[in-house]
Amino acid sequence: MTNNTGRAWIFASDISTDLIFPGRYVHLLSNMPELVKHTLEDARSDYAGAVQPGDFVVAGDNFGMGSSREQAPVIIKLSGARAVLAKSFARIFFRNAINVGLPAIEVNTDGINEGDQLSIDFGSGRLTDHTNGIERRFEPLPPIMTEILADGGLVEHIKKHGDFHL
Amino acid sequence: MPMTLVEKIIAAKVGHEVCPGQLVMVPVDQVFAHDLSGPLAISQLKALGFSGFKHPEKVRFFLDHASPSSTVASANEQKTIRDFALQSGVELIDVGEGISHQVVMERYAKPGEIIIGGDSHTCTGGAVAALATGVGSTDVAIAMYLCRTWLKVPETMRFVIKGQLPRGVYSKDVMLHIVGKIGAGGATYRSMEFVGSAIDSWGLPDRAVLPNMAVEAGGKCGLCPSDAKTKEYLTAQGRPQDYSPLAGDNNAPCQFEMTVDAATLEPQIALPHTVDRVVGVTDKLARGIKVHQIYLGTCTNGRIEDFRIISNILKGHKIAKGTRLVATPASRRVYLEGLKEGVWTSIIEAGGLVNSPGCGACPGIQTGILGSGENCLSTMNRNFKGRMGNPEAFIYLASPATCAASALTGVITDPREVL
Repeated sequence: MTNNTGRAWIFASDISTDLIFPGRYVHLLSNMPELVKHTLEDARSDYAGAVQPGDFVVAGDNFGMGSSREQAPVIIKLSGARAVLAKSFARIFFRNAINVGLPAIEVNTDGINEGDQLSIDFGSGRLTDHTNGIERRFEPLPPIMTEILADGGLVEHIKKHGDFHL
Repeated sequence: MPMTLVEKIIAAKVGHEVCPGQLVMVPVDQVFAHDLSGPLAISQLKALGFSGFKHPEKVRFFLDHASPSSTVASANEQKTIRDFALQSGVELIDVGEGISHQVVMERYAKPGEIIIGGDSHTCTGGAVAALATGVGSTDVAIAMYLCRTWLKVPETMRFVIKGQLPRGVYSKDVMLHIVGKIGAGGATYRSMEFVGSAIDSWGLPDRAVLPNMAVEAGGKCGLCPSDAKTKEYLTAQGRPQDYSPLAGDNNAPCQFEMTVDAATLEPQIALPHTVDRVVGVTDKLARGIKVHQIYLGTCTNGRIEDFRIISNILKGHKIAKGTRLVATPASRRVYLEGLKEGVWTSIIEAGGLVNSPGCGACPGIQTGILGSGENCLSTMNRNFKGRMGNPEAFIYLASPATCAASALTGVITDPREVL
């Protein structure tokens, strides 16, 4: 294992932003240190308290469906997750994730199990499951998203270039 | 070359033909945020070193989710937005005016525009043939700042809706049927274009349900043509000058086509906890389910046309014991029209309650949070676990008529029995 590896936290398909950031915590909208304690709470109540920096959120299809609340990817990032890996994403969540600097990677997640040790190479588009030896390739992000992510999010991207760098 | 409606809108903005998958920079005609997406948008603008808007006339803030404020935190978030709007000289649409999407449709959206909103149901603007799409706070902030955004030209899914709606069946049933067929991710990244003889015959309030719920299938946008019905609607809203005809080409290639014969449908119900778990109202999974709360309103079905249907069913009757009914008009205009027509009287005399215009109970932060183990039947657009504030509750979705009929019996009821 390298220090580049992290644990897989397995989630189902159709994880809504209501499950990631429940509306009942909307009073914490601008209080990230508190809100992050409830990350993904209604999908898995054991995640927020035990996730370690560098771990991975691993899901099925349509991750992040529903509302546009950007705090959803923000708190996943702040919870320590290195990336969200899913078979597919809801588009607003996908865009928000890149904008806040959370890698959202579309990749076949079948066969990855709870607790597996994963590592990822964003540049070459390769995901490795060290626990069961699976290796998966994924399509790199569109160039504009790669740039936004590399710049640390959309605000940093605009600050650096003064505009979208398409 | 023939083009779908979304391709036509984007091509007109960028000045050249476009094809699905292409990344383009587009000018933004209108951009807005609300009390949940606004605070982060404002802090992102400040992080950019914001010193003023180039086009303040394109920027708006709505206070609609907590309308009026429900906690000290929401009151302070709203104060932040009010102060910022005042300082930066942009329009603030304050609490009580209504849900952003309804107000945008009534007052602002024009055919062919590109509208960016910090809310997933921004796609409602497609009812007037505007490419309206929801994004997060940072994208909204940048769109406010630059009056531009990037987007990927979406593939088009064409839905041909034909046939006359049978008694007790409404556009909501058609859309629930479609989402049930294609699934909660069935239109992801795509434009849903609604055409056909049924669409041609519906007024804008009925049409709006379809683009409103495009995001429930993952769609980037939902679009209806701009035609005589659009002209009629914009004229009734006092802005006939904003009308222009616009439609996709029927022979434009699209990536998917589905025909729905509305005449064959029965009232539909979406079961907890995803919008694509759709059955007919007569299905054993729906019919007879105990309903503790009926919630009427939202950007999907909170218009005067919806409340007229509800009022006609409730008038002179009482809501079932053990069931409560909460109604929330989608805008001040709807509220006022309802007052003149007496629809609130019917609802209140039947035992229901009427709240001030806004999102109401839908986002789960106020005025109608559910108890554990309770079932809610609602005209809203999504039924995710926890949506109405309690992950231990269950949300079913239906048309206004099905909701009103069920209010009288206390269980999910086929509206054709009372119409």
